[in-house]
Amino acid sequence: MLKFENVTKRYPETGDVLRNVTFHLQRGEIAFLTGHSGAGKSTLLKLIALIERATRGQIILDGQNLNHVRESQIPYLRRKMGFIFQDYKLLQDRTVFDNVALPLVIAGYSHYEIARRVRASLDKVGLLGKERKYPLALSGGEQQRVGIARAVVNKPPLIIADEPTGNLDPELSAEIMTLFEHFQQVGVTVLIASHDLFLIKKLNHRVLTLDHGQLIAS
Amino acid sequence: MKQTKSTKHKYQTKPDVRKNKASGGGFFSKVEAYRDQHAHALFSSLGRMVASPFASIVTIVVLAITISLAGGFYLLVVNLQQLTGSLEDSNQISLFLKNDVSDAYANKFADSIKENPIVQSVKVISKEQGLAEFETYSGFGPAINALEVNPLPIVIQVLPKDSLEDEQGLVALFDDLKRAAEVDFAQMDMQWVKRLQSIVAIAKRGTMLLGLMLAVAVIFVTGNTIRLEVHNRREEIVIAKLVGATNAFIQRPFLYSGFWIGLISGVMAWFIVTIMMLILRQSVEKLSALYNDAFKLLFFSYAETFMLLGISCLLAVVGSCAVVQFQLRYTKLN
Repeated sequence: MLKFENVTKRYPETGDVLRNVTFHLQRGEIAFLTGHSGAGKSTLLKLIALIERATRGQIILDGQNLNHVRESQIPYLRRKMGFIFQDYKLLQDRTVFDNVALPLVIAGYSHYEIARRVRASLDKVGLLGKERKYPLALSGGEQQRVGIARAVVNKPPLIIADEPTGNLDPELSAEIMTLFEHFQQVGVTVLIASHDLFLIKKLNHRVLTLDHGQLIAS
Repeated sequence: MKQTKSTKHKYQTKPDVRKNKASGGGFFSKVEAYRDQHAHALFSSLGRMVASPFASIVTIVVLAITISLAGGFYLLVVNLQQLTGSLEDSNQISLFLKNDVSDAYANKFADSIKENPIVQSVKVISKEQGLAEFETYSGFGPAINALEVNPLPIVIQVLPKDSLEDEQGLVALFDDLKRAAEVDFAQMDMQWVKRLQSIVAIAKRGTMLLGLMLAVAVIFVTGNTIRLEVHNRREEIVIAKLVGATNAFIQRPFLYSGFWIGLISGVMAWFIVTIMMLILRQSVEKLSALYNDAFKLLFFSYAETFMLLGISCLLAVVGSCAVVQFQLRYTKLN
């Protein structure tokens, strides 16, 4: 599903942030990406999201080499991924429903289809009754679940979460992780960047550890 | 309903394929969704303007004044043109005959002029006719009556054929007539008509240049407003980009904002110009009355109103488009 082959990312100012990173995530696999701050976690995620391009090496997503993706195709490629952020990145002036609907509106789904899928997605994260609420009226855990509902609403084969539990207490974190495991069960690949070592240890999944830009365990 | 449910099951294990299949369902629903996106952008941009009117009001007033300047000058030129237009058929030569020329001789002279091929028609105004006309139109009737002798000469009005096109022939004719023994004084009206026409032509060109400058101003003012809006909604743009929005999708609401700004400013400008014309109308009508109602103030026609609104919208959209394109290129996601 997601393959890194000798990927190096160099910034002119800071030098190599990632060096010869190689790993392969299978379809329906959950993996944690961990490492100290500045180890290159965010850069790795940015390469997948095509916010940045690799300096050397290949990244293959769902059979597509990201090096060969033209600028104009990037939006369509991003629709194959669902992003989840530490700060949720919700639109505060839109309702929960509108936030979750955004990827579908962008992809050009019909009204009917949007309503159906948004409700299904909110149901999955347990927020079905809160469609009309605004994000600020929700707790942190609930906001993150809105973020997750938005990430999965158009059924992407890959979910990328950047410190999804960073702002949540252990109990809520565990809930969120359970959600990810549910997605895994229907064939979605999940990559979670986190330095919550306690959580990582508790859940027995694959762990990719970065250290100064190099993958030291996978 | 039933069909979509079955689709769901069918593609449950292949999420990526399912997305593509289900995204439209067919050509028509794709068109429908596209239309929905446009309608949504159209009305949400208007809604946003209504929700925070102050940001847009300043821009709209500035634009309305700018557009009304251009529109006002345009109407001024149109009105001037109408004035010269009504004078166009007076490209005639007036011959004031010497005092001792008799009516009979004047008529004979007029007949001889008529034989010239470039002359269309000749009209003789006798001393008596001239006096009658003078009494009617000048308001000096009683004063004239006080004179014992009619001081007015016999006038022959010569109207050339297509005088403006064959200028050389006309000048030759004029010179011939001027030298005739019977003629005391000859006057070619065309000269001052021409002068007026060239003044109008200058005004027209000046208005065009001014209009161009103002058009550029409209583009920049709208662009600046949209730039602020893009800046304020930067977070939203970043999120939309991350969930797969194309630049076209992100641009759309801003272009519609530009459209609304242009349209509302255009309507406002129309009112400004029309109200100013209404205020001017009374004085113009007074002046016109002094000239036998030769002149009627022209307002914007339907076609011109349509053009005014169309051009305002177009310029505003061009301004927004340029700015959004530029801003999007430099909106980094990290």
